[in-house]
Amino acid sequence: MKTFKYLILFSIGCIFGFGLIISGMSNPINVINFLNFVGNWNPSLLIVMCGAIPVSFFGFRWIEKKHVTIFNEQLHLPGTSHINKELIIGSLLFGIGWALSGFCPGPALVALGSGSVKALFFVLAMLVGIFIHDYPFKTMMDKSKIN
Amino acid sequence: MNELLTWGLFKPISSLFGGILIGISAVMLVFFKGRILGVSGIIGAIFQTQNTPKDHYSWRISFLIGVICSPLIGYYFNFMSTPIINTDYLTIIISGLLVGFGTRMGSGCTSGHAVCGIGRFSPRSLIATGMFMLSGFITAYIFYHLI
Repeated sequence: MKTFKYLILFSIGCIFGFGLIISGMSNPINVINFLNFVGNWNPSLLIVMCGAIPVSFFGFRWIEKKHVTIFNEQLHLPGTSHINKELIIGSLLFGIGWALSGFCPGPALVALGSGSVKALFFVLAMLVGIFIHDYPFKTMMDKSKIN
Repeated sequence: MNELLTWGLFKPISSLFGGILIGISAVMLVFFKGRILGVSGIIGAIFQTQNTPKDHYSWRISFLIGVICSPLIGYYFNFMSTPIINTDYLTIIISGLLVGFGTRMGSGCTSGHAVCGIGRFSPRSLIATGMFMLSGFITAYIFYHLI
Protein backbone atom coordinates (compact mmCIF):
# COMPACT_ATOMS: atom_id res chain seq x y z
CA MET A 1 0.00 0.00 0.00
CA LYS A 2 2.79 2.40 0.98
CA THR A 3 4.77 1.68 -2.19
CA PHE A 4 1.56 2.11 -4.16
CA LYS A 5 1.03 5.60 -2.68
CA TYR A 6 4.57 6.66 -3.53
CA LEU A 7 4.13 5.28 -7.03
CA ILE A 8 1.01 7.45 -7.40
CA LEU A 9 2.92 10.53 -6.20
CA PHE A 10 5.77 9.72 -8.59
CA SER A 11 3.19 9.43 -11.41
CA ILE A 12 1.58 12.77 -10.48
CA GLY A 13 5.06 14.32 -10.69
CA CYS A 14 5.48 12.73 -14.14
CA ILE A 15 2.11 13.99 -15.38
CA PHE A 16 2.95 17.49 -14.14
CA GLY A 17 6.30 17.25 -15.95
CA PHE A 18 4.63 15.97 -19.15
CA GLY A 19 2.27 18.94 -18.97
CA LEU A 20 5.21 21.33 -18.73
CA ILE A 21 7.02 19.57 -21.60
CA ILE A 22 4.04 19.32 -23.97
CA SER A 23 2.90 22.87 -23.26
CA GLY A 24 6.40 24.15 -24.06
CA MET A 25 6.83 25.63 -20.58
CA SER A 26 9.87 23.52 -19.76
CA ASN A 27 11.60 25.51 -22.46
CA PRO A 28 12.62 28.86 -20.95
CA ILE A 29 12.69 30.55 -24.35
CA ASN A 30 8.87 30.31 -24.47
CA VAL A 31 8.55 31.94 -21.05
CA ILE A 32 11.01 34.72 -21.95
CA ASN A 33 9.10 35.35 -25.18
CA PHE A 34 5.88 35.59 -23.19
CA LEU A 35 7.28 38.08 -20.68
CA ASN A 36 9.07 40.00 -23.42
CA PHE A 37 5.84 41.45 -24.80
CA VAL A 38 7.55 43.99 -27.06
CA GLY A 39 8.50 42.29 -30.30
CA ASN A 40 7.42 38.80 -31.27
CA TRP A 41 5.21 38.08 -28.32
CA ASN A 42 4.59 34.38 -27.69
CA PRO A 43 1.28 33.90 -25.83
CA SER A 44 1.91 30.19 -25.03
CA LEU A 45 1.91 30.74 -21.27
CA LEU A 46 -1.52 32.36 -21.40
CA ILE A 47 -2.89 29.39 -23.35
CA VAL A 48 -1.34 26.99 -20.83
CA MET A 49 -3.15 28.84 -18.03
CA CYS A 50 -6.40 28.71 -20.02
CA GLY A 51 -5.98 24.92 -20.10
CA ALA A 52 -4.87 24.44 -16.50
CA ILE A 53 -7.02 26.85 -14.46
CA PRO A 54 -10.50 25.57 -15.49
CA VAL A 55 -9.37 22.00 -14.71
CA SER A 56 -8.10 23.00 -11.26
CA PHE A 57 -11.21 25.13 -10.66
CA PHE A 58 -13.70 22.30 -11.25
CA GLY A 59 -11.42 19.64 -9.74
CA PHE A 60 -10.86 21.54 -6.50
CA ARG A 61 -14.56 22.35 -6.11
CA TRP A 62 -15.38 18.67 -6.48
CA ILE A 63 -12.78 17.52 -3.93
CA GLU A 64 -13.47 20.28 -1.41
CA LYS A 65 -17.06 19.07 -1.24
CA LYS A 66 -15.78 15.62 -0.23
CA HIS A 67 -13.50 17.12 2.46
CA VAL A 68 -11.09 14.14 2.42
CA THR A 69 -8.69 12.45 0.02
CA ILE A 70 -9.36 9.04 -1.53
CA PHE A 71 -7.30 7.50 1.32
CA ASN A 72 -9.48 9.31 3.87
CA GLU A 73 -6.71 11.71 4.77
CA GLN A 74 -7.27 15.31 5.71
CA LEU A 75 -6.98 18.02 3.04
CA HIS A 76 -4.18 20.54 3.67
CA LEU A 77 -5.40 23.52 1.71
CA PRO A 78 -4.17 27.03 2.51
CA GLY A 79 -6.87 29.01 4.22
CA THR A 80 -5.26 32.38 4.84
CA SER A 81 -6.48 35.29 2.78
CA HIS A 82 -4.35 37.90 4.52
CA ILE A 83 -2.40 39.96 2.02
CA ASN A 84 0.86 41.10 3.57
CA LYS A 85 3.99 42.80 2.32
CA GLU A 86 5.93 39.49 2.26
CA LEU A 87 3.49 38.19 -0.36
CA ILE A 88 3.92 41.27 -2.52
CA ILE A 89 7.68 41.81 -2.18
CA GLY A 90 8.39 38.07 -2.49
CA SER A 91 6.30 37.77 -5.66
CA LEU A 92 7.92 40.85 -7.18
CA LEU A 93 11.40 39.39 -6.51
CA PHE A 94 10.34 36.05 -7.97
CA GLY A 95 9.09 37.82 -11.13
CA ILE A 96 12.49 39.49 -11.62
CA GLY A 97 14.30 36.15 -11.34
CA TRP A 98 11.73 34.46 -13.56
CA ALA A 99 12.23 36.95 -16.40
CA LEU A 100 16.04 36.81 -16.20
CA SER A 101 16.25 33.11 -17.12
CA GLY A 102 12.70 32.08 -18.07
CA PHE A 103 12.79 29.46 -15.31
CA CYS A 104 10.38 28.97 -12.46
CA PRO A 105 10.80 26.03 -10.05
CA GLY A 106 8.77 23.34 -11.94
CA PRO A 107 10.26 23.83 -15.42
CA ALA A 108 13.75 24.10 -13.89
CA LEU A 109 13.35 20.59 -12.45
CA VAL A 110 12.24 19.26 -15.86
CA ALA A 111 15.22 20.94 -17.55
CA LEU A 112 17.47 19.48 -14.84
CA GLY A 113 16.13 16.00 -15.65
CA SER A 114 16.84 16.60 -19.34
CA GLY A 115 20.52 16.88 -18.39
CA SER A 116 21.02 20.61 -18.71
CA VAL A 117 24.03 21.91 -16.77
CA LYS A 118 22.58 25.42 -16.69
CA ALA A 119 19.40 24.07 -15.13
CA LEU A 120 21.56 22.34 -12.50
CA PHE A 121 23.18 25.70 -11.65
CA PHE A 122 19.75 27.31 -11.52
CA VAL A 123 18.35 24.66 -9.19
CA LEU A 124 21.38 24.86 -6.88
CA ALA A 125 21.11 28.66 -6.73
CA MET A 126 17.36 28.32 -6.10
CA LEU A 127 18.03 25.95 -3.18
CA VAL A 128 20.49 28.49 -1.76
CA GLY A 129 17.83 31.22 -2.17
CA ILE A 130 15.24 29.07 -0.39
CA PHE A 131 17.71 28.33 2.41
CA ILE A 132 18.65 32.01 2.84
CA HIS A 133 14.97 32.89 3.15
CA ASP A 134 13.95 30.04 5.44
CA TYR A 135 16.87 30.32 7.85
CA PRO A 136 18.95 33.50 8.28
CA PHE A 137 16.33 35.84 6.80
CA LYS A 138 13.26 34.47 8.53
CA THR A 139 15.05 34.18 11.87
CA MET A 140 16.16 37.79 11.52
CA MET A 141 12.62 38.94 10.63
CA ASP A 142 11.05 36.97 13.48
CA LYS A 143 13.54 38.49 15.93
CA SER A 144 12.82 42.02 14.73
CA LYS A 145 9.07 41.38 15.16
CA ILE A 146 9.50 40.26 18.78
CA ASN A 147 11.69 43.24 19.71
CA MET B 1 19.63 36.31 -28.85
CA ASN B 2 17.15 38.33 -30.87
CA GLU B 3 16.85 35.86 -33.73
CA LEU B 4 15.53 33.35 -31.22
CA LEU B 5 12.83 35.68 -29.98
CA THR B 6 10.39 34.45 -32.55
CA TRP B 7 7.04 32.73 -32.84
CA GLY B 8 8.88 29.59 -33.90
CA LEU B 9 7.97 27.58 -30.84
CA PHE B 10 4.36 28.70 -30.58
CA LYS B 11 2.12 25.61 -30.67
CA PRO B 12 -1.29 26.59 -29.29
CA ILE B 13 -2.89 23.12 -29.32
CA SER B 14 0.10 21.57 -27.50
CA SER B 15 0.09 24.42 -25.01
CA LEU B 16 -3.60 23.94 -24.29
CA PHE B 17 -3.23 20.17 -23.93
CA GLY B 18 -0.13 20.55 -21.72
CA GLY B 19 -2.02 23.07 -19.60
CA ILE B 20 -4.86 20.59 -19.13
CA LEU B 21 -2.32 17.97 -17.99
CA ILE B 22 -0.88 20.44 -15.48
CA GLY B 23 -4.40 21.06 -14.17
CA ILE B 24 -5.07 17.31 -13.96
CA SER B 25 -1.86 16.73 -11.98
CA ALA B 26 -2.81 19.52 -9.55
CA VAL B 27 -6.26 18.00 -9.02
CA MET B 28 -4.73 14.53 -8.60
CA LEU B 29 -2.38 15.75 -5.87
CA VAL B 30 -5.34 17.06 -3.86
CA PHE B 31 -7.38 13.95 -4.62
CA PHE B 32 -4.67 11.49 -3.53
CA LYS B 33 -2.67 13.49 -1.00
CA GLY B 34 -4.75 16.51 -0.02
CA ARG B 35 -1.91 18.85 -0.96
CA ILE B 36 -1.58 21.87 -3.23
CA LEU B 37 0.74 21.37 -6.18
CA GLY B 38 3.15 24.19 -5.54
CA VAL B 39 6.67 23.24 -6.57
CA SER B 40 8.43 25.95 -4.52
CA GLY B 41 6.45 24.95 -1.42
CA ILE B 42 7.15 21.26 -1.93
CA ILE B 43 10.91 21.89 -2.36
CA GLY B 44 10.99 24.38 0.52
CA ALA B 45 9.34 21.99 2.96
CA ILE B 46 12.26 19.60 2.50
CA PHE B 47 14.41 22.13 4.39
CA GLN B 48 12.01 21.98 7.31
CA THR B 49 13.40 19.87 10.14
CA GLN B 50 11.00 20.49 13.02
CA ASN B 51 7.40 19.29 13.47
CA THR B 52 7.51 17.06 10.43
CA PRO B 53 4.76 14.44 10.04
CA LYS B 54 5.67 10.83 9.26
CA ASP B 55 5.73 10.98 5.47
CA HIS B 56 6.84 14.64 5.34
CA TYR B 57 9.89 13.99 3.14
CA SER B 58 8.90 10.80 1.34
CA TRP B 59 5.80 12.01 -0.50
CA ARG B 60 7.52 15.21 -1.58
CA ILE B 61 10.63 13.39 -2.78
CA SER B 62 8.49 10.86 -4.71
CA PHE B 63 6.70 13.71 -6.45
CA LEU B 64 9.89 15.66 -7.20
CA ILE B 65 11.63 12.58 -8.60
CA GLY B 66 8.60 12.15 -10.87
CA VAL B 67 9.01 15.69 -12.19
CA ILE B 68 12.77 15.24 -12.71
CA CYS B 69 12.25 11.87 -14.48
CA SER B 70 9.50 13.15 -16.79
CA PRO B 71 11.92 14.37 -19.51
CA LEU B 72 13.58 10.93 -19.61
CA ILE B 73 10.20 9.36 -20.40
CA GLY B 74 9.59 12.27 -22.79
CA TYR B 75 12.81 11.51 -24.67
CA TYR B 76 11.92 7.82 -24.81
CA PHE B 77 8.50 8.50 -26.34
CA ASN B 78 9.84 11.33 -28.45
CA PHE B 79 7.80 14.26 -27.15
CA MET B 80 10.61 16.00 -25.28
CA SER B 81 12.31 18.97 -26.91
CA THR B 82 15.62 19.97 -25.37
CA PRO B 83 15.34 23.30 -23.54
CA ILE B 84 16.97 26.28 -25.23
CA ILE B 85 18.88 28.23 -22.56
CA ASN B 86 20.75 31.24 -23.89
CA THR B 87 21.18 32.90 -20.51
CA ASP B 88 24.77 33.10 -19.23
CA TYR B 89 25.81 31.37 -16.01
CA LEU B 90 26.02 34.49 -13.86
CA THR B 91 22.47 35.54 -14.81
CA ILE B 92 21.26 31.96 -14.25
CA ILE B 93 22.67 32.01 -10.71
CA ILE B 94 21.22 35.45 -9.87
CA SER B 95 17.91 34.30 -11.32
CA GLY B 96 17.93 31.10 -9.25
CA LEU B 97 18.68 32.99 -6.04
CA LEU B 98 15.83 35.44 -6.69
CA VAL B 99 13.38 32.68 -7.64
CA GLY B 100 14.25 30.62 -4.54
CA PHE B 101 14.11 33.55 -2.13
CA GLY B 102 11.11 35.26 -3.75
CA THR B 103 8.90 32.19 -4.01
CA ARG B 104 9.48 31.35 -0.34
CA MET B 105 8.85 34.91 0.79
CA GLY B 106 5.75 35.14 -1.42
CA SER B 107 4.58 31.62 -0.44
CA GLY B 108 4.38 30.26 -3.95
CA CYS B 109 5.37 30.18 -7.59
CA THR B 110 3.60 29.75 -10.91
CA SER B 111 2.17 26.31 -10.10
CA GLY B 112 0.94 27.08 -6.59
CA HIS B 113 -0.32 30.64 -7.07
CA ALA B 114 -1.31 30.83 -10.73
CA VAL B 115 -2.63 27.31 -11.45
CA CYS B 116 -3.93 26.19 -8.04
CA GLY B 117 -4.52 29.52 -6.29
CA ILE B 118 -6.39 31.22 -9.11
CA GLY B 119 -8.34 27.98 -9.62
CA ARG B 120 -9.50 28.35 -6.01
CA PHE B 121 -10.16 32.10 -6.43
CA SER B 122 -7.69 32.85 -3.64
CA PRO B 123 -7.26 36.64 -3.35
CA ARG B 124 -3.69 36.10 -2.10
CA SER B 125 -2.81 34.09 -5.20
CA LEU B 126 -4.45 36.58 -7.54
CA ILE B 127 -2.35 39.38 -6.03
CA ALA B 128 0.81 37.25 -6.06
CA THR B 129 0.30 36.24 -9.72
CA GLY B 130 -0.34 39.86 -10.67
CA MET B 131 2.86 40.90 -8.90
CA PHE B 132 5.21 38.32 -10.44
CA MET B 133 3.70 38.87 -13.90
CA LEU B 134 4.15 42.63 -13.48
CA SER B 135 7.77 42.44 -12.35
CA GLY B 136 8.40 39.75 -14.97
CA PHE B 137 7.16 42.00 -17.79
CA ILE B 138 9.10 45.01 -16.50
CA THR B 139 12.30 43.00 -15.99
CA ALA B 140 12.01 41.42 -19.45
CA TYR B 141 11.57 44.86 -20.99
CA ILE B 142 14.60 46.27 -19.19
CA PHE B 143 16.78 43.20 -19.64
CA TYR B 144 16.00 42.35 -23.28
CA HIS B 145 15.48 45.84 -24.68
CA LEU B 146 17.26 48.49 -22.64
CA ILE B 147 20.45 46.71 -21.59
